[in-house]
Order: sequence, then C-alpha cells, then structure tokens
Amino acid sequence: MKILVCISDVPDTTTKVKFKDDNTAFETAGVQWVINPWDELSLTRAVEMKEKTPGLIDNITVVTVGPKESEATIRKALAIGADNAIRVDALPKDAFYVASQIAEAVKNENFDIILTGIDSADYNGSAVGGMLAEMLDLTSVSSVSSLNAENSKVTVTREIEGGTETIEAATPFLAIVQKGIAIEPKIPAMRGIMMARTKPLKVVEPADSETLTHIEKFEMPQAKGACKKFDAEGVDELVNLLHNEAKMI
Amino acid sequence: MNKMQKEKSGAFIVNETDSNDVFIPEEFNEEQLMIADTCRSFIDTEVAPHFEQIDKGDRALMRDVLKKSGELGLMGVSIPDNYGGFGQDFVTQMLAAEVIGSAYSFSVAFMAHTGIGTLPIMYYGNEDQRQRYVTKLASGECLGAYCLTEPGAGSDANSGKTTAVLSEDGKHYILNGQKMWITNGGFCDTQVVFAKIDKDRILSAFIVESDWEGVEIGQDEHKLGIKGSSTTQIYYNDVKVPVENLIGKRGEGFRIALSILHMGRMKLGANVIGAAKSAVTLSVNYANERKQFGTLIANFGAIKYKLAEMVIRVFAHESAIYRVSKDIDVLMDDYKKTYEDAGRAAIDAISHFAVEDAILKVYGSEMLDYVVDEGVQIHGGMGYSAEMGIERGYRDSRINRIFEGTNEINRLLIVESMIKFAKKGNYDLFGEAEKLNESINDLCEMKIEGGYYEQKMTTISHFKKVIALVIKAFTNSFKSIAQEQEIQNNIANMIMELYITESLALRVKKIEDTHNNASLPLYKDILDVKLYDAARIINKEALEAIASFSETAEDRIPLVNAIKALTDVPLVNVKDARRRIADKIIEENRYKI
Repeated sequence: MKILVCISDVPDTTTKVKFKDDNTAFETAGVQWVINPWDELSLTRAVEMKEKTPGLIDNITVVTVGPKESEATIRKALAIGADNAIRVDALPKDAFYVASQIAEAVKNENFDIILTGIDSADYNGSAVGGMLAEMLDLTSVSSVSSLNAENSKVTVTREIEGGTETIEAATPFLAIVQKGIAIEPKIPAMRGIMMARTKPLKVVEPADSETLTHIEKFEMPQAKGACKKFDAEGVDELVNLLHNEAKMI
Repeated sequence: MNKMQKEKSGAFIVNETDSNDVFIPEEFNEEQLMIADTCRSFIDTEVAPHFEQIDKGDRALMRDVLKKSGELGLMGVSIPDNYGGFGQDFVTQMLAAEVIGSAYSFSVAFMAHTGIGTLPIMYYGNEDQRQRYVTKLASGECLGAYCLTEPGAGSDANSGKTTAVLSEDGKHYILNGQKMWITNGGFCDTQVVFAKIDKDRILSAFIVESDWEGVEIGQDEHKLGIKGSSTTQIYYNDVKVPVENLIGKRGEGFRIALSILHMGRMKLGANVIGAAKSAVTLSVNYANERKQFGTLIANFGAIKYKLAEMVIRVFAHESAIYRVSKDIDVLMDDYKKTYEDAGRAAIDAISHFAVEDAILKVYGSEMLDYVVDEGVQIHGGMGYSAEMGIERGYRDSRINRIFEGTNEINRLLIVESMIKFAKKGNYDLFGEAEKLNESINDLCEMKIEGGYYEQKMTTISHFKKVIALVIKAFTNSFKSIAQEQEIQNNIANMIMELYITESLALRVKKIEDTHNNASLPLYKDILDVKLYDAARIINKEALEAIASFSETAEDRIPLVNAIKALTDVPLVNVKDARRRIADKIIEENRYKI
C-alpha cells in the first residue's frame, strides 16, 4: 500500500501576524515556518501504521507546493518517517492552483491513500482536499478523525452531525483529516534526522494552471472588547444592554 | 564562512579576532535546528507536563523520562556512530544542551548521564569498555553517574580517601570508601568511580555497576533546588571491580576527572542559556498579564529595565558560548588528524580551552542567577509562590554556581590558566604588557575614533591593555599569586567581561556583514549597553586590584591614569536602548530578539 501525505509549509502558530505593502501581503520577515499541524498529524498516523504492521505500508511519500525555502519543512517530514518527497517548485498561490499542481505531480503514482489536512493554519481555506480528490477522480472522505488498515481493508471514522460514522473505504481514496487522527505529532528521532538527508527529494516544475482567487487586502481582527459581568439577578440590565448598547436583540 | 582559524585558549587577551573567524548562532544549519527542535518538542511533550511530579521526587518517573529521551536518540548526540550514537560536532552538542537546559531537574539528570556519567568511558575507556558500556549508555538502556566528591574531598578532589586494592589473584580491585553528592545516584546502573590504588598519590578511575555486591546507595538528599534530581551518597564495601574496568591507566584518574569537568563546565555554560531564555519568557508573560495602577506592569520603565538586562546578558553569553564551541570543533578536527583515538582527540580539544570554559561556567551561572532573581522580582508576590514556574527556576539555578567546580575555584582557574599559557609561550601577554609599560603615559592620549565597529573594537582593545598591565603589575608584585585570591578575582572579572563583550561585538558585526537581519538595531543596542557596562566593571576591578598591591601613590599614578583613560567610554543613552530591547520582548511575549 502506498500513502501520499500532502504537506503545507505554514508560519509557526505563535507568529505575530503582520502585513506589508498596504495590507496586501503577509510580512514573512522573521517568521518561523513549520509543517501545517493537521498535515503533521496525518503524516504521524501514516508512519504509525507503517511501523505497527510491517509489510502493510510499502511507502509514504510527502508532497508540497513551495519554493526552495520550504525544503527545511520537507526534510522534517522525511525525518518524521516519510520515505521520499516531491516538491513542486512554485509559490502556493491559491487552493485551486495548489490542488492542480499536486494532481499533476502525482497522477501517475497510483497512491492507495492520499491524506490532506482539513485546512492549513495560514489561510484556513479547507479547499485543497476536495479539489484534489475531484481532479484525481477519487472518492474522498472528509472530517476524518481515525484511520486504520488491516490487510487491504481500510476503515475511517469521520465526524458527522451529532456524532461519528465509521466506514470501510475502498482504495484508492482521499481522506481529509482533522483532530483525533493522531494524539501528538511524532517527534523526529535523531536517527530519522540523520536519515532525512539521504532520502530522495524530487523537485518538479509546476504545470500550467490558473489561479481562481486573488487577495484584495488583509485586515486584523478587531481587538476583543472589555468583558462585563452580571449577577444572576441582573437579567434586566443584561437584556437592556444587549438591546440598547450591543444592539444584538 | 571563511575557514576558521585555530584558536589558542586565552589568546584573546592579546590577539585581535576577525568577525569572519567566529561562529555565531545565526549560522546554525538546518540539521542543527532540527535537532534543537526535537529536543524542544521532547521537553514540551514528555517532560514539562511532569515538572511538578518530578520535583516531588518521583524517581521512577524520572527514570522513565530519561529512557524515553534515550529512545529518541538524544543520549547519543555526543557519541560516535560506532558506539550507537550520532557523532555530532561540539556546536550541535552545545545547542542540544542549551535546549535541554530549560527542563529543570530533568536537565541535571540528563546532563549528568550524558556528560560525566558517559564520557569518561567514551573518551578514556578502551574498545571493550566502550562496547560494553557506552553503547548502552548512549541508548538509555543504562543510566550513568559520576562519583568523585567525598565528605572530605570537594574542590580538593585529589584528596579523596576511597581505595582500590588489587586482589591476590590479580583479577579484581577491592574498592572501599564513600562518595557524596552523586547525581543520579538513586537510579543509576553504572558509575564512574575515582579511587586511589594502594598508596598512590593520584586517583585512578573505574567503572562500577550499581548492582554489584558491596555497593550501597544512600537516601536522597533534601536539597534547596533541583529536587527532582536524585542526589545520594554511595558506599563501597569490599566491592570487587574487575581489573578490566580500570579506565585509562593507573594514576590517570585525576587527569580524567579534571578533563571531564572542563567538558561539564562548557555544557553547563550552554544549559544555562536554555534555562535563562525560559525564565525570560515566564517573566514577560507575567508582565504582559499583570495590571497595577490601571496598566500592565510591562509598561513600567523599572520592569523594562529588568527585562532588557536579562536579555542583554543571555544574548552576550550565548555569543561567547558558540564562539568557543566552534573553536573547539576546529581544534578537534585538527587533533583527529594526528591522534590514534578520536575520543582522546575530542576531550583534549575541549579541555584545551581551560580559560574559556571557566569563564563561561562562572559568567553563565551568574547570568542565570541574575535572570531568575529578576524574574521572581517581576512576578512580585506571585514569584514567591510555588504555583509559578519562576519559583522553581530560582531555586534550581543556585546549584550552577557550586557544581562542576565552584565559581571561586573557576575564577582562580581563569587567571592561573591565562598566566600559565602565557608563560608557556602560547601568546605574548607579558611582552605586550612590557611594551605598554614603556610608553604608559601615551596610553592616556589614546582616542576612540572611526565608524561604529571600529570604535567598539578599539574600546575592547583598550580593555585588553588594561588587563595586561594589571596582570603584569600583579605578577611582578607577588612571588606567590595563589595567596592573593581577592586580586585574582578582580582580574578574573575583567577577563570575563572582556571575553563576553568581545564575543558579542564580533557576533553583531558578523550579523551586519553577512546577514540581512531586521533585529540588527536591537543587537547594536545590546552591544552599546553591554560595552558601556563592561568599561565600568573593568575600571572598578582594575583600580581595586592596583590599590591592593601598589605600595606608594607615586608607583600607582601612571598606571591608574592609564586605566582611567583606557576605560573611559562615551556616554550612551542606556535608558532608551534598554527600553527598545524590552519593547521587542514585550511585543513577542517570549524570548525572541
């Protein structure tokens, strides 16, 4: 069985977000880049499955769309346990562009399972997974919180309204994963770090693809206002303020 | 980076260093950063959630966490791959030590195991000993300890009374004696034990397994800090140690002990950086939450002063740590070309830098004490509460000034080593001082001119002149300088300020020359404040020293005038500089500069 994990290079989640060029671009100076947390958990699960049942998973590949600078993130993925990597040498312009590039890069590779994070920590678009499944003409399962495989039988659990649903999925398929897929991201061991430098990292040229969106401008969310507290007896005052000051009711 | 020059320990006292020849933390490569990241993730996920429980003395938990670090390969960072490790260079070892340093008692246990518990066997053991023990220590299968100190032998380590007598059949040494302050004593599997064979004057070193008959481990000591670290006495009652477990040669133990302490001091110098950065983060987190008089306390100048001073000292110390770490790597590579054994090459390169390792041990441990002390102060009353992490940091910091050679011993070592190496001809300290003495009145006319870095480097060269003059006058005045510890302290303090400040200046210059770094103006603020302070400290220590031994006012006048002139630096608006440094930390809400 071959697994592909799509990874995205995103700013560390503690980054102080700033914009430049009249709020039309993200200020990247001083930013630490990391593997998108959902993608890291997806990779962790893939590696767990490979380690738990020898012979079940032949190969784990990671793919990213990004410039040369994103190779540090790719090598971390190799250190965690991916066997090889593909980098599409292009800036990830929007979800359609990224999905198109990945689809083009992997369409002949016959992966049994493709994993994408439910969204990326930078733009939170939640779009690449669905688009990629469509482009590769694959079944997709969204909101996946658990993934297990035994021989060729693969079961996934996904979140549905009011509960969860466990289904058996025929390969090949694409899973859009979220919380629960793995408990903690796997920490690269020293041996993994040493091996990462020898694992294959293929760089491919981007395919022709259009972008369907462009960024007009960024805005910072408004700072949170002060919090007012009321006694349990102060319902009348609460209603008054919600009506006259907050104008919510 | 240019090809690094091979440095001699202490040579900075007279030589000028090109900033291209120093390594700076901004040059860590991707793999080094990934190793640091792994150490950080391990601390965050496997150690930090248990800080409290570890501090309660849960030894089984400590052992379990140590083993997990072994499984991840962290115990093998310094060990060559043929003994189950990953053969990383010294810079990488120090970076890993820095990150681990933020983990309170775990850090002490981990460093004792990987350093003094493992490396005597790695560096001085034979192939059989390395295969039998180092492989298991590198993987965490066995946990190690180092047993040197005795009730009557602390700083005077060679005065230990533990004995090893060869058995009649010549197969064993029979070990008898008592050791104390043994880190990891309560759960270690192997021990490196120092004892005297028969009536030898000098120690020998042995590998002892904790479960051998006659090894008796005492109860854990109740300590001021590092409560999670097991510290015990160990008694040896007719313990049969196979002769194959003698490390190195008979009588080589004292040399082994001292060399390993050199290494331990260097690593301690790296540990304190991690602990200090963590204390800065805790403190700024609190300052950014705590309101008084209707505003966050982070907005107060008195708090900004503290935060800035914490950062200045950490950043400066860090500059010196990685400078010498690379110097060690360069020397180690050179030694490996001629040495038969890579282990001996490694330890000889590390212990070559005796002046620097003593500086970094003293400066680093005092830097951390300053940082945690001001950290508690920023926390106010909450800083005194065991609920806050800074309280643990404060208690745990104190031991660093005591172990790995007290700071008192290390201050003496700084001066004695520097004079010894000068007399050996490694650098011409006394010749330089003689030349300065010949034209001492001209020194009062020396000007600080030129561009930013030229001015800084000229000021630093003036510090070197002051120290050379004081050392020369000192050694001329006393037959036995060992009796004058107060004056040695004055000189040690000057040498420390010089090395730390020069390393900082070289780092900032290299960043400006080779890196496009948005924080450069802040780094210059750090340098401005540190250099200004260093001039004041050197002025005070030099004048105090001279006043202590120069008999008549007439003798003193030219030297005192020269010292005053050479330590006279332009005024700096340190208030605004410190505020800018603090504002950056406050904005980031963590140690990030």
